[in-house]
Amino acid sequence: MSDVLAITDHRRGELRDVSYEIITAGRELADETGGDLHLAVISGTVDDFAEKLDREGVDAIHTVSDGEEFNHGVYTQATTQLYDELAPQYVLIPNSVNGLDYAPAVANGLDLPIVTDVVGVETDGETLTATREMYGGKVETTNDLEGPAVVTIRSAEWPQAEGTGDASIESFDADIDEDDLGSTVNGFEEVAGGDVDISEADVLVSVGRGIEEEDNIPIIEELADALDATVSSSRPIVDNGWLPKNRQVGQSGKVVTPDVYIAIGISGAVQHVAGMKGSDTIVAINTDPNAPIMDIADYAIHDDLFDVVPALTEEFQ
Amino acid sequence: MKILVTVKEVATVEDEFEIEGTAIADQYLGEDLNEWDDYAIEEAVQLQENGVADEVVTVTIGPEDCEQTIRQALAKGADRAIRVWDDALEGVDLLDVGAKRSILQEVIAAEDPDLVLTGVQSGDDSWGATGVSLAEELDYEWAAVVNHLEHDLDDGIAAVRRELEGGVEELTDVELPAVLSIQTGINEPRYASLRGIRQAQRKPLDVQTLGDLGVDESAVEGAVTLTDMYEPESESDVTVWEGSADETASELGELLRDKGVAP
Ligand SMILES: Cc1cc2nc3c(=O)[nH]c(=O)nc-3n(C[C@H](O)[C@H](O)[C@H](O)COP(=O)(O)OP(=O)(O)OC[C@H]3O[C@@H](n4cnc5c(N)ncnc54)[C@H](O)[C@@H]3O)c2cc1C
Ligand SMILES: Nc1ncnc2c1ncn2[C@@H]1O[C@H](COP(=O)(O)O)[C@@H](O)[C@H]1O
Repeated sequence: MSDVLAITDHRRGELRDVSYEIITAGRELADETGGDLHLAVISGTVDDFAEKLDREGVDAIHTVSDGEEFNHGVYTQATTQLYDELAPQYVLIPNSVNGLDYAPAVANGLDLPIVTDVVGVETDGETLTATREMYGGKVETTNDLEGPAVVTIRSAEWPQAEGTGDASIESFDADIDEDDLGSTVNGFEEVAGGDVDISEADVLVSVGRGIEEEDNIPIIEELADALDATVSSSRPIVDNGWLPKNRQVGQSGKVVTPDVYIAIGISGAVQHVAGMKGSDTIVAINTDPNAPIMDIADYAIHDDLFDVVPALTEEFQ
Repeated sequence: MKILVTVKEVATVEDEFEIEGTAIADQYLGEDLNEWDDYAIEEAVQLQENGVADEVVTVTIGPEDCEQTIRQALAKGADRAIRVWDDALEGVDLLDVGAKRSILQEVIAAEDPDLVLTGVQSGDDSWGATGVSLAEELDYEWAAVVNHLEHDLDDGIAAVRRELEGGVEELTDVELPAVLSIQTGINEPRYASLRGIRQAQRKPLDVQTLGDLGVDESAVEGAVTLTDMYEPESESDVTVWEGSADETASELGELLRDKGVAP
């Protein structure tokens, strides 16, 4: 038992980036265990996916053709059966929304420990050491476990695997028990449309929970007006109904790459950063000098937004 | 229909803090109702107000200190609460997914709810895994990251939306009994009313030990051991502007003019 099995992620006909990242993470681990890296791709146009996934470092790709889109029952059953067949040491699963919908079930069903949302992982073959964050990224921890395990990996932490591999591609005949599929996916819907497209803006004045109350939002709008910029926000502002969904930056909102992104009272949680880290210049206004947003900011003001924002607005009025 | 909501009291950290061993030193920690669980409680209470549910029960693994937080859930409308604690849990610095599952599964088995609502994740240690793990163990159906639930629950089906990445939602039917992990934004959590707060003091809060639940002490040790905690090394080369708000604002103003993006 020294192989690594990594499960890939796709949606509506497209492999997601994390599928190429998990190859890199899986290869690293397999080098440490001295085993092979097996990939699995489940549901959809698996032959086409397998060809794309055949990048450097992959030893074998197993295709499971049952189903079109993600269904957690199919994924759980197929992954469990692949585990029984291949007996890998580690099962890697993306820490995506869908990953979180089946990885814990796989682990529990196989009686394996699970460690989620890891940003680093290494092993001496017996002890696995996983690095993960706590408190919204304020601290990191190392976590040890012995023997085989299920590990979910954070997206955009490992580079995507490149090149062309010479993996063996085999179809895996999973035995899917239809009676055990208690949920049915009926379709998808795109939300967050509307008149404003924040991904088009050159300058985003982005507001987070530091603003405290809905009544304070106008100071942000006044700044945006003065700068001829667009207002965007982190998730809690939208959850609270203070701004519409189409203003939300992040994993479940929009990905933006403006010339300048001004993060005001935003801590920089991973799901937020996923949506704005590609901005040209990032400015953070935050009272907390240790806020994770500081790690990706180019410029920072460690001060109260209620002082800095009006002062800045005044400059341009 | 009975709904069980898992409720966690999470630790919050001050801006400046120190680490002692594998934990943040006590004096820098505060406590709060887990943000995601607040939305789960609200969803359950609304189902009860709509006449779909007739009882809402909360369960928390946590020491006596967290009864304040539990009373908040009761003040918002839950009918009664269960708190699980035990000497064996006292020294454990990490309750991993397996450990939480082994405890909560016994509570759920005893209560036999039709619907279990958890949060998507704990705000402090963010495993994001307890709900689905429980569902698998108990042979319940499940859905993770639910940001809409149709309240009729007709024909034993929960029609939900799962919030995927990139502004896409998945429309899914889930057979009951089920565990749903609730995403923020699904509703507008209420503030407890004064009357609610008064009533909460009289609602039952039942404390159970591992022994009462029939959970073996060894189960709570878990398979995952926390070995180190540290502040992540910053790779950033951020330029920090110092001075009064007027000074820092004018630095930023200058940057925007330099970039040619300010009027
Ligand atoms: C599945 C999933 C998907 C998610 N998707 C998204 C997403 O798409 N987008 C997103 O943003 N989040 C998303 N989140 C939520 C994310 O995890 C964080 O909870 C959220 O980003 C926090 O928002 P925030 O930074 O505004 O609030 P907080 O984390 O509460 O930060 C507030 C900040 O304001 C600062 N502050 C307070 N007062 C002041 C003041 N007076 N002056 C200056 N600074 C001040 C504080 O120091 C703090 O850093 C998602 C979470 C999950 C689990
Ligand atoms: N100690 C606990 N007591 C009760 N419920 C918990 C506890 N820990 C986690 N949960 C529940 O499980 C959800 C997901 O937590 P986690 O898997 O720890 O990120 C939380 O939103 C809670 O509803």
